Amino acid sequence: MKRVDLAVIGAGPAGMAAATEAAGAGLRVLLLDEQRSAGGQVFRNVDAASEVRDKVLGQDFVVGRKLTMGLAHRDITHVTGASVWSIEDRVVRFVTGDEAQEVCAEHVLLATGALERAMPVPGWTLPGVMTAGAAQIMLKEAGIATRDAVLVGSGPLLYLVAVQLLRAGYPPRALVETQTRGDMRGALIHWRAALRGWRYLQRGAAMLNELRNAGIARFVGAREVTLLGRRRVEAVHFRCGGTVHELASDTVLLHHGVVPNVQAARAVGVPHRWNNRQHAFVPEVDRWGRTPVEGIWIAGDGAGIGGAQVAEQSGRIAGWAIAQALGGITLEERNARALPLISKRAIELSIRSFLERAYPPYEAALVPEDEATVCRCEEVSAQEIRAAATSGCTGPDQLKAFTRAGMGRCQGRFCGLTVTRLMAEERGVDPDEVGYFRIRPPIKPVSLGALAALHDPNDPLEQVGGHD
Amino acid sequence: MDADFAIVGGGVVGLSVAWGLLKHGQSVIVIDGTERTPRASRGNFGLIWVQGKGTRQPRYAAWSQQSAALWSDFAVELEDSTGRNVALEQRGGLDLHFSEDSLAEWAAKYEALKAALGGDYPYEILDARALRLEEPAIGPRVVGALLHHQDGHANPLRLLRALSEDVQRLGGRIEAGREVSRVTQGDGLFCITCADGPEIRAEKVVLAVGLGAAMLGPQLGFKTPVNPERGQILITEKLPPLIRRPSLIARQVNEGGVQISATNERVGMDDGVTGKGLAQLAAEAVAAYPALARAKLLRSWGALRVMTPDGLPVYQESGVMPGAFLITCHSGITLAAAHARLVGDWLLGRPDAPDLEVFGEARFAI
Amino acid sequence: MKPDSRFELLEPDVPHVAVHFAGQSYRLPEGANLAAALLAAGVKVFGRTAQRGVGRAPFCMMGACFDCLVEVDGESRQACLMQVREGMDIRRSGQAQEGPYEAR
Repeated sequence: MKRVDLAVIGAGPAGMAAATEAAGAGLRVLLLDEQRSAGGQVFRNVDAASEVRDKVLGQDFVVGRKLTMGLAHRDITHVTGASVWSIEDRVVRFVTGDEAQEVCAEHVLLATGALERAMPVPGWTLPGVMTAGAAQIMLKEAGIATRDAVLVGSGPLLYLVAVQLLRAGYPPRALVETQTRGDMRGALIHWRAALRGWRYLQRGAAMLNELRNAGIARFVGAREVTLLGRRRVEAVHFRCGGTVHELASDTVLLHHGVVPNVQAARAVGVPHRWNNRQHAFVPEVDRWGRTPVEGIWIAGDGAGIGGAQVAEQSGRIAGWAIAQALGGITLEERNARALPLISKRAIELSIRSFLERAYPPYEAALVPEDEATVCRCEEVSAQEIRAAATSGCTGPDQLKAFTRAGMGRCQGRFCGLTVTRLMAEERGVDPDEVGYFRIRPPIKPVSLGALAALHDPNDPLEQVGGHD
Repeated sequence: MDADFAIVGGGVVGLSVAWGLLKHGQSVIVIDGTERTPRASRGNFGLIWVQGKGTRQPRYAAWSQQSAALWSDFAVELEDSTGRNVALEQRGGLDLHFSEDSLAEWAAKYEALKAALGGDYPYEILDARALRLEEPAIGPRVVGALLHHQDGHANPLRLLRALSEDVQRLGGRIEAGREVSRVTQGDGLFCITCADGPEIRAEKVVLAVGLGAAMLGPQLGFKTPVNPERGQILITEKLPPLIRRPSLIARQVNEGGVQISATNERVGMDDGVTGKGLAQLAAEAVAAYPALARAKLLRSWGALRVMTPDGLPVYQESGVMPGAFLITCHSGITLAAAHARLVGDWLLGRPDAPDLEVFGEARFAI
Repeated sequence: MKPDSRFELLEPDVPHVAVHFAGQSYRLPEGANLAAALLAAGVKVFGRTAQRGVGRAPFCMMGACFDCLVEVDGESRQACLMQVREGMDIRRSGQAQEGPYEAR
């Protein structure tokens, strides 16, 4: 089996920075990523983007090229199109196309980033409904703009995507925003944090200005959001103040924040804790990115949401820490490089407490109403989950067995947090007490043929004979 | 007193027994474990299986046959009362063989068993050609199969849920999330102490705790050794119809996925899955059904079988604490119908109760 | 002819190649993300769900939701993780699910 010093899963800002620093310190690094090129979601396909895309997506996108450039190092092997399906005792197993491979890595860094938070409002499964991030990815990845969209939810990304579509020449029809003016007032108690992040606020104000000047309608404090339609989405229904609105639209983009993508971290047994501000489970990591599981590290949004800049910083910090653990650099060298960056990261992170308060997730999608579909794959409603939660269910895994929620092809990625919240709500306990689905391999689906190719008939599993 | 019967263990075995007792008019409390308790009921392969069982003890074959024969009515009754269809199919099952020798060896065992059972053992030997007519997806490496007509399969998770709901509907109480730390007897009552609080009192107690019998059994005077045996299981994405009858290698479940079974490993209480295990199971499945090579593995899990030294079930009343019973087996799905329909009579000491003498733990006496 | 689509190519002047989707012929930008290219070509439904048989289309575009699942040359694949190649034979997922299961 091929051996490397470090396997990095995910080529976003955290993974790229970690790979670069680790290779710089003399480590042999394998960088595995599902996409066709480096960048992660935030810098998706940045190296291939045209001038048109650069202009639409702006400077915050273009800077990603600095990170991708760092990967041109002889000790970094970047495998594109690689789906990692198992990490076990330092063996990382992945498939590229139909070919299965195994690599033994001294250390594994999970840089698996974030997922958009599920937004289970009635109708969110209809064709024509996507995440706002999906629309942005289409711009980045393929130079394809979404026309006449209605954006629904809350948070800075909602504005950013709206502005980018506007710049692309396809202004969205409206923004239906679920945060209230009260949320913004509440957030102002974090004004110190906000002041530190004044650049973000300035940018935010500029975006809102741009949208206003373009005459794009904004509805703030929307409630009772329902997406209507039979075969595909036809309208967005909501209440704003005392008025009920129904905007005709066949293209709806949802967003109310992102959550750590912890599928791989859970599969290797890293403990997680509920984070009340992020409304999500966050893995246990120290400031270097080290987890309690020997040899497993996490950096970037997968360790808790901090955004692209924090992810890059965490990646570098983890890269140095891993290099030090393997003797590539000394403890003094690690500290000299990393400690200043750890302080910078703390400042960067402090703005988040303001953003989290100003743009909270849409409460009615955290604890969805009965008719909303919670598990997209197996089509399980919130009502079915509530019913199972109160009828002798011991926890999420039994609920999964009873309802099939979380058993489908997305492996619980888009329903897991909602299931936990619903169970917690029904029982009046903390999400930590409820826990989460037990995640087992495959982390991503793998064909049985590829899997079978890994079997060595000369080294069979130790088994006891058949029995009665 | 809280109930006539306290059933310790809320898996398929405990719930089937509870269901039967409720139908007999008994009051029942089921004490179920926590989310961390190992649970064969959520990790099994869902077969209702007769063939291959009891080659050394025909009574076990007959007991499995008896349960298989009761299954259809049992499933209908559960569906009538809960609305849950447990997706029962009993159109026979296959034991696939990759060599003529092993096929002949097992056919000889079946023939002997058939004689011991007075001829009631409806199986056939299918050669490669006959097998492919029955099961077109079978690949060329399979040389033949034993087709047993009393075999079948069901959806074990739907069974678990239907039982759980129906036990509650019949007035049974399920105490979920409890770890039983101690069972004692005094003043003619059993007192079951849970680690996190309540004490439950009942006239009689049934241990249906699977591997938990290693800890609780001795407290009640039982000496049955139970050992964990890990089975890793795979399930694919939903596929168009591919497999007609279940085999010991794979079955297509009612939702469309193909479930692939299972390793037999002695690894203590570790119920994890391993890359090596998954690869070997995939290789076997592809060898048997080559079309599966293109199917995507969606989920996998490991679960622990509850194994006695001879693999047979145990039905035993405590010698030192009469009124305490131990029930354990590794075929909770196959035997669910017998547990629901017949074991209640045995627990209540009815004259028409099944004779379960051979399944007593005297056989483990040193 | 311009397809009926809400998705617009900002750089239309790239070479297009022929693919088959659900029995129809499409010309898509070569090397483009398959899910995005199909949407831009006017494809509205990529597959149907197993339980209720309702239509699904790309939702997350980052390989997590599996709602863009299609069959490419006989194997189920996430369209958002693939690139357009000449001559691809693509089918909707979840078709033809009549059979022994769900029949009762």
